[in-house]
Amino acid sequence: MNYIGEHLWLGQAGHIFNLVSFVASVVATIAFFFGGVADPNDPNAKSWIKIGRIFFLVEAICVFATFSLLYVIISNHYFEYKYAYMHSDKSLQPEYLLSCFWEGQEGSFMLWSFWHCVLGIVIMLTAKKWEAGVMSVISFAQVLLASMVLGVYLFGHKIGSSPFSLLRNEMDWPILSRPDYLTLIKDGTGLNTLLQNYWMVIHPPILFLGFASTIVPFGYAMAGFMRKSHDWLKSAIPWASFSAAILGLGIMMGAAWAYESLSFGGYWAWDPVENASLVPWLTLVAGLHTNMIAKSTGYSLRPTYFFYIVSFLLILYSTFLTRSGILGDTSVHAFTDLGMNTQLLVFLLIFVIPAFTIFAIRYRSIPSIAKEEATSSREFWMFIGSLVLFLAGMVIIAKTSTPVANKLFGTNIAPPEDPEFAHNQIQIFVAIVLGLLTAGTQFLKYKYTDTKQFVKNIFWPVLAAAIISLLIAFFGDVNYTKKGPVFLFAIHLAIFTAVYAVTGNLSYIWLVLKGKLKAAGASVAHVGFGMILLGILISSAKKTVLSWNTTGITPLAQAAPGDKNPAGNPAENLTLFKGVETDMGKFMVNYKRDTLNVEDRKKYYEISFKAKDGSESFNLYPDVIKNNKGMEGFAANPASKHYWYKDIFVYITSFQQNDASDTTRFVDKDIKVGDTIYYSNGLMVLKSVSINPASKKDLLLPGETALFLDVDVTARDGRKYAAMPGIAIDNSSIRQISDTVVAQSLVLQFNKVIDQDKGILQMGVKESGAITDLITLKVYEFPMINILWLGVVVMVIGFVMSIIQRYKFLKSKLTIS
Amino acid sequence: MKKTHIILLLLIAASIVVLISYTGDLTTYETIASAREKEGKFVNLIAKIDKTQPLVYDAIKDPNYLTFTAVDTLGNSIKVIYHNNKPTDMEKSERLVLKGKVQNGQFECKDILLKCPSKYKDNPNSIDKSQTTYSN
Repeated sequence: MNYIGEHLWLGQAGHIFNLVSFVASVVATIAFFFGGVADPNDPNAKSWIKIGRIFFLVEAICVFATFSLLYVIISNHYFEYKYAYMHSDKSLQPEYLLSCFWEGQEGSFMLWSFWHCVLGIVIMLTAKKWEAGVMSVISFAQVLLASMVLGVYLFGHKIGSSPFSLLRNEMDWPILSRPDYLTLIKDGTGLNTLLQNYWMVIHPPILFLGFASTIVPFGYAMAGFMRKSHDWLKSAIPWASFSAAILGLGIMMGAAWAYESLSFGGYWAWDPVENASLVPWLTLVAGLHTNMIAKSTGYSLRPTYFFYIVSFLLILYSTFLTRSGILGDTSVHAFTDLGMNTQLLVFLLIFVIPAFTIFAIRYRSIPSIAKEEATSSREFWMFIGSLVLFLAGMVIIAKTSTPVANKLFGTNIAPPEDPEFAHNQIQIFVAIVLGLLTAGTQFLKYKYTDTKQFVKNIFWPVLAAAIISLLIAFFGDVNYTKKGPVFLFAIHLAIFTAVYAVTGNLSYIWLVLKGKLKAAGASVAHVGFGMILLGILISSAKKTVLSWNTTGITPLAQAAPGDKNPAGNPAENLTLFKGVETDMGKFMVNYKRDTLNVEDRKKYYEISFKAKDGSESFNLYPDVIKNNKGMEGFAANPASKHYWYKDIFVYITSFQQNDASDTTRFVDKDIKVGDTIYYSNGLMVLKSVSINPASKKDLLLPGETALFLDVDVTARDGRKYAAMPGIAIDNSSIRQISDTVVAQSLVLQFNKVIDQDKGILQMGVKESGAITDLITLKVYEFPMINILWLGVVVMVIGFVMSIIQRYKFLKSKLTIS
Repeated sequence: MKKTHIILLLLIAASIVVLISYTGDLTTYETIASAREKEGKFVNLIAKIDKTQPLVYDAIKDPNYLTFTAVDTLGNSIKVIYHNNKPTDMEKSERLVLKGKVQNGQFECKDILLKCPSKYKDNPNSIDKSQTTYSN
């Protein structure tokens, strides 16, 4: 059959490029492997490497081409392709077109593969004698990644899922058999609303670069095994630093995204997806430190191999966890199952089994120094720190893996009642140890340290940290008593060590390096790490709910902070009626208006905050975006007011809008001053009648005379509202000016004067179920969160400084020799 | 024995102790019947909304009060009370993981995890279906 309007050549080209890239990476793997095991001076090795390079470049070109083709398909809305149909729609803003790549599994595999190509090219240009070994590992990973997007059937098994598959081949909808089906498919199902956020444009590429780059230190370790030589240590350090910097940055950008666009009220929730990327970072940082030790002293070479291998394998494991659908019940944002679990498992095991086997076989042959490290040496404490990082990671990943245990052993384990605290109560002690080691170890020397000199060096930073943390303890108001005094004490201890990590490293730059910033990369990164710890501790311990619901509207949940309602949950939602000022602790808040932005399809709410002490007033604009993908409801995007020392963070939890036309009618009642009228939810009293009151002058046209009724409405729950309906009289006409009590859904109208002498007036009362626009929102305060974000920036700068420093050093060494 | 080995063993032992103590905090997935038997104990209930029973959430009265009836695959049902706002996609979810405990015959829920229909299982009817508007 001939289908109308399809653009088939794009997909056909894409399929071909996929196949070519698969085959080319197989050849590149073999060629680089033979080049890697051969003696570097063997002419055969050189020709193997040459073949490897050519095929890797072919592969890279294919990957870039498939990437471009898919972009063309998505940006032109060719909905005959399932990927475009599933992950985009016509109304999507151009800046989010790239985000469609990482909504689906296929696109994110392509992104990963793309970064491997870029990294591979850099390795080919710079790695010299380690090129072949590292490249054979990267090429092999490329074989597996290419297989993920092949989408071919082999002996009845589907290998991979192609991003270029056609909708009509994938779905069995009746309309798809019509030649003109494309005219019936008006639009795609759209990009998940949660991904329509600027953080989601930059966070996934950075995170995937971090993921992809962990293969380089792993590749160096494997290349070491291939060549039976261990002098790759110097070359691997800049790569491990790069990987740690980018992976760390990617993780924290994810945290920033969660903070700015997810409404779980924070930046970190120990979600399995977050843990799965944090743990490889921890082991990689452990490996980077043992690598430093091994380079400088010869100790810790075996652990270096181990940590680099484990980091990459953990990346694969986390890929398996997040993409197999196994986390379904425990994670809020894992990928959905694509039916490729067997293939994912193969991807994992095909690296795990050989890597550990080689490590076990070669373990004895890796040089190790028999004499043990001195207790006063830097290498000893650095090794302990690495070990703590690694074990902390193992504890986290073990907890995260309970769904895997359920699957393997048929158990029925669910997360604990307070899953975040289950992590926090352990990791706080890890933070304490790491803070101390980060601060103190720098002052130790390799091999042996003079105790007197050491004590002298650390005296001032310890004192400064002690003073600062005591000030925080006494005036900082960090009173996280929810989990008992021991945990509170641990928080304060951890604050001390975090501050100490900052002061210790600052004074190291000052005292030991004499302010030579060129050599201070590591110390700057450590300062950043200390700031991250400090920011996490203070912002989490002092996070407060501002929207405590204490209004009379909620008779059931008038809980004061600290009181517990039956479910142990705070009443964090506050209801705001449009135009009604509501009491919220320090602030009076008002939901003023809302507008729908056509461009980004978001509905913005203007919420005004007025401090009761009159010190400040500002507006915040949280928004909601209509969910797509057949899901009902909406996704809420928070808004924050940033101060240097805190954030006020608000998001909409539900809204209710008056769209229905109002069908209820006015009921007319005769009334005199002092009379009471009852309505369904209370009563109202006419207090007085005023002529041309000054407060209503704005409502009148020139030449009009007005009569206003001053009415007091008292609702059943005791809340009072004032209303002033009126009439404006011109020479020729009478105009009614009605007034509403929004919170009570009441409309009052002054109809006419019935008997002027007796003072009898007629008032119309309308009760409507549908006049109230309202929202419910949550408002939090996060103190000192900026220390966290600033810490991330400082840490990344530190990493970059040390990479530059090491690279220059390597280059100068090479030119000398 | 080297002191690094001793420290290694101590730290590994500490990690194992931590993980074992963690197993004490773990909870279980339950059905409604088995959750009722464990009244007062924190459990994870896997169920879905009973669409024949009313789902009550009125932000005017109380924005922190949601109640509905959950039914599990065995056909048992229980009234659920959740002191928070109504999760947005709730009616559409095909499965709920309710975290909380049974108290006085009701399920006092602390947290709700929604399992929405997979985006890969879209049905053809959804193409022409106009988008429904959000309302309580």
